[in-house]
Amino acid sequence: MNEDMNYQKLGKTAKAGKKVRSGITYVLLTLWALIVLFPFFWMLLTSVKSYSSYNSEYVPKLYTLSPTLQNYADAFTAVPLGRYFFNTIVFTVLTTALMLVVSVLAAYAFARLKFRGKDLVFTCFLALMMIPNELVIITNFTTITNWNMRNTFIGLILPSVTSVFYIYLLKENFEQVPEELYKAAKVDGTSDLGYLLRVLLPICRPTIITIIILKVIECWNSYVWPRLITDQQAYFLVSNGIQEIRENGFGRDNIPAMMAAVVVISLPLIVLFLLFHKKIMEGVSRGGTKG
Amino acid sequence: MGRSNKKAWLYLLPAILFLALFMIYPLFDVIIYSFEEGYNSASQTSFGTGLYNFRYVLRDPYFLQALGNTFLLVLITVPVSTCLALLISVGLNSIKPLKELYQTVYFLPYVTNTLAVGLVFMILFKRTPYSDGMVNLLLQWFGGSSVDFIDGPYWAKMTVMCLYTVWVVLPFKILILTSALASVNPDYYKAARVDGTSSWRIFRKITLPMISPMIFYLVVTGFIGAFKAYSDEVAIFGTNLNAAGMNTIVGYVYDMLYGDSGGYPSYASAAALILFAIVLTITCINLLASRKTVYRGA
Repeated sequence: MNEDMNYQKLGKTAKAGKKVRSGITYVLLTLWALIVLFPFFWMLLTSVKSYSSYNSEYVPKLYTLSPTLQNYADAFTAVPLGRYFFNTIVFTVLTTALMLVVSVLAAYAFARLKFRGKDLVFTCFLALMMIPNELVIITNFTTITNWNMRNTFIGLILPSVTSVFYIYLLKENFEQVPEELYKAAKVDGTSDLGYLLRVLLPICRPTIITIIILKVIECWNSYVWPRLITDQQAYFLVSNGIQEIRENGFGRDNIPAMMAAVVVISLPLIVLFLLFHKKIMEGVSRGGTKG
Repeated sequence: MGRSNKKAWLYLLPAILFLALFMIYPLFDVIIYSFEEGYNSASQTSFGTGLYNFRYVLRDPYFLQALGNTFLLVLITVPVSTCLALLISVGLNSIKPLKELYQTVYFLPYVTNTLAVGLVFMILFKRTPYSDGMVNLLLQWFGGSSVDFIDGPYWAKMTVMCLYTVWVVLPFKILILTSALASVNPDYYKAARVDGTSSWRIFRKITLPMISPMIFYLVVTGFIGAFKAYSDEVAIFGTNLNAAGMNTIVGYVYDMLYGDSGGYPSYASAAALILFAIVLTITCINLLASRKTVYRGA
């Protein structure tokens, strides 16, 4: 009897301990979530405060009673934010499209076609993955300058096209498609290109989408190369734009207008992320590196 | 055979062209640059070949400062971010309701423009004539004294730098570790629990060894990434990192190449090669260390 009671007591304390532990876990996790979200909240909040009210708050308030959209209007009129936006979209779309064509063709050659020296060439490709961008960017800068392609879209795009890693990812995916399909297509008289476009690509659509999303994120956030290759505002991308705004945009102290620009620049990717968060996270865990 | 050979090369041609022009040729070129002494990009002439560029870079106080900053950043952020990511992932893995929501929120910084959010960080930490800034006010509430984190003492700037870097790199690490933790076979845990093993012991003896390959992967990529730090610094301290005393090795390379202090591709190449040598050495050390610590059974 006595022993029974003890066991019950033990069980109760164990359960209570578990509850306390999971409570603490939730508190800590929520704390971290707040730290992650706070900068986003802050930029959104500041962007709707008026210039005078922002500067009159010695202790910044965590709310505002008179939100205004004036800063957004300023962001598009006082600095060429629309231009930066347009440039970034052109750069992102063209780079991603070119990358896709080049990578798909190369991956197809490695996955399905037979040719002498295939293994050797593929090994060389893989070896190229180890070369850091910082090493080759110096010569690329000279090359593009010598070609008189500074401040052009071609100059921006060309060196950003190739990604050995995506070729590798696509090749692996293409190889998983049963070879019988290829043979059947051959028997039907389908050309290689026709097979690639009509059979292989639709089957491998998930991987293609993953690669597109990863490349779009990379392009949207790229900073170093565009900074080296453009010095005219007319060709700035959003990253360079934000740096320009910060250094001599609205006058250094108009922080609400800066925050409006930051919100506008961050929004497209955040929307993309909210729509495709499963795909993006899956894609990054398969192939992304950052940090 | 001949025809299909030709066709295959045709498919490969665009990729090979791009890689040859923008990766393979530059790789050799950067080595040549680094040994050309006194190269002038205007007249495209040099005095001779030798190790002068490396000697110059290694004696340049700006480079030494960049080297120091980078090492400090690496030594602080890699362990801190890896441990924090592990802690958060273990927490995430132990809950059921809201798990996906938390996961999504934690991943958000990965997709945002680091330059843009860096600006927000700067404003949160900066002291202006109008306000001490959010972080300083928080410090004062807790009884601390306010510091100028952006233009103030070195340790304060380094703190902001490390905090922002950790904030930026954590999403990737949390993502990788959460999926690694979720893939540990639950039978091991059940067996351990039947034996009455304490949860700390379970974590040390089962969880940690099982996910050690992934932790190792994160440490290696973390080291490589942190050594290449640059745009996060620009986001917080502006483009003139030398003036702020917060330059990094990559920043030094770009400053030598372009901008007000630019026009010296030889010094830039030498610095880039030094960075590459450092990263290669550290990666090799990591690989050697992993032989002893990473669990490869089962």
